Amino acid sequence: MSAEAFTSLSKAMALGLLRDRTAAFFMLVFPLMFLVLFGALFKNDATARAEIVQVGRVEVFDSLPRDAREGLEEVLEIRRSDDRDEALEEVRAGDVDAVVWQEGDEVRLRYSAADRVRAGNARALVDSVVQQANIAATGQPPAYGLTTRQVEDESLKAIQFLTPGLLGWAVAMGAVFGSAFTLVNWRKKRILRRLWLAPVSAGTVIAARVGVSVALALVQTAVFLGVASVPYYGLELSGDWWLAVPLVVCGTLAFMSIGLVVGAWAKTEEAANGAAQVVILPMAFLSGAFFPLDMAPAWIQTVSGVFPLTYLNEAMQDVLSRGQSWGAALPVMGGLLLFAAVLTAVAARLFRWDDA
Amino acid sequence: MTTAAITVEGLRKRYGDVQAVDGVSLTVERGEFYGILGPNGAGKTTTLEITEGLRRPDEGTVRLLGESPFPRNPELLRRMGVQLQASAFFERLTAREQIRTFASLYGVPAERADAMLETVGLTEKAGTRENKLSGGQAQRLSIACALVHDPELVFLDEPTTGLDPQARRNLWDLLRAINDEGRTVVLTTHYMDEAETLCDRVAVMDHGRVLRVGAPSELVGELGAASLEDVFLQLTGREYRQ
Ligand SMILES: Nc1ncnc2c1ncn2[C@@H]1O[C@H](COP(=O)(O)OP(=O)(O)O)[C@@H](O)[C@H]1O
Ligand SMILES: [Mg+2]
Repeated sequence: MSAEAFTSLSKAMALGLLRDRTAAFFMLVFPLMFLVLFGALFKNDATARAEIVQVGRVEVFDSLPRDAREGLEEVLEIRRSDDRDEALEEVRAGDVDAVVWQEGDEVRLRYSAADRVRAGNARALVDSVVQQANIAATGQPPAYGLTTRQVEDESLKAIQFLTPGLLGWAVAMGAVFGSAFTLVNWRKKRILRRLWLAPVSAGTVIAARVGVSVALALVQTAVFLGVASVPYYGLELSGDWWLAVPLVVCGTLAFMSIGLVVGAWAKTEEAANGAAQVVILPMAFLSGAFFPLDMAPAWIQTVSGVFPLTYLNEAMQDVLSRGQSWGAALPVMGGLLLFAAVLTAVAARLFRWDDA
Repeated sequence: MTTAAITVEGLRKRYGDVQAVDGVSLTVERGEFYGILGPNGAGKTTTLEITEGLRRPDEGTVRLLGESPFPRNPELLRRMGVQLQASAFFERLTAREQIRTFASLYGVPAERADAMLETVGLTEKAGTRENKLSGGQAQRLSIACALVHDPELVFLDEPTTGLDPQARRNLWDLLRAINDEGRTVVLTTHYMDEAETLCDRVAVMDHGRVLRVGAPSELVGELGAASLEDVFLQLTGREYRQ
């Protein structure tokens, strides 16, 4: 393999790709826009406070010591009002999560089930305040204590999950579309034939194309991690985050092999685009790139198990956000490479030098 | 230097119902300027592409400079330059980037690529992208890319189709100069004046077969025709082709 041929072919491919404004936008800028927007949208997700309206005096809140009250206000926003009917109307309209008032010794809470999570939050919080007041009223120290801590990084922020997921999706788009379009286009434009006539090995041509895709994916990785790490988004990388680099490389190879099959099969760019979308869209949604699938029905989880992006996302989250290491990354890398090998072999069988 | 530059024997190639090449045999001597003439659909491109090693014949053998082009033979590819009938360029690259890329595949330095661009009169268009070149400019670039590595054996498929008279004459000069340096040139054309001025020998083809081979003047004399064009029409008839 000639280094000069490799370099110049890589350059020709990279230029051809980057000068295609539309393709460059969809492969590079578009996924980044998702990160920027979703990141901002879900920025306060972890600290989203339930909001309740307190009508009149409520002993358990009003008698809370100052520091306990401040702690409570971190998770619960308490607003005061004198008009109970108006407050109940606000709950119905979904403007606040609950209304609380006191009748005799009874603390009454009214909530709407429209947003179950937040209503549940408000309910649990008020309940715990009431329970603590009860225990305090007995004059005894509590018999049992409970300390809880989340298993993820304590700064559990949406960005910790968005970044690996969206990055995996971006890498998948770039590699699938990139290799599919190159193959179709080069066949249509007879570049494949012309290269056949030059004393350059097929290995050099393939290596150049793979090199361009891998370089692109690594640039995407750097940009994504860079953007997500700015203080505004506040991504915090866990210990062996650099394992994301070999993971991205293996993922790129796996996605390129999908693109090669599409490109070897499709006769036109339009057909390649359609076929690539058919693969990419379900894969993006069903792989947990945009939202976690823990709550999804079993059949969806089964379907999701066939997509390489699912495994890449899982492993990327493990090494970027969950502080895991080789144990999480290695099997996935192996699987991705195996997947790439199988699909490349399929593509080689479908391959044609020209349309005729 | 005893072997011929090109020896082709008994080539046949079928596409579905079409017998594109039907038993073609040719010999091109070293240093010869050889023309393949024929109406559209005669089988010129198919014959040329099989000879270059791009396509496998159903039957027949090809020897280039004493070697077989099948299976793909990089050492042989290094010694030949090919201009395909339809130009093949890297997408969104400029004329200069195209020829430099091709040059580097042969280990030819960028300066030589730029000089070649100058030779075909494209220096002014060096920064123009492939899709913004006119038909004639694309044709010249494609020829420049075929010649950039000083090949011994040059194949050109309808190199002057789509060129204006100026570009055509300049290209003739270039091809003559290349041939004078001792390189073997094979071209296909349906311009008789081109064949008459350039070619040492021509083969007239139709329906996938070679009808006649000889020096243009010989053919004119043999058939008692007024010009090579009359020879061509006498041999291939006057009905319209595809
Ligand atoms: N790839 C192909 N598939 C099917 N038919 C083809 C193909 N290439 C050429 N042909 C047919 O073979 C015949 C010879 O074509 P070609 O060699 O291109 O002729 P020429 O170059 O003399 O115009 C034509 O009838 C053409 O339609
Ligand atoms: Mg032709």
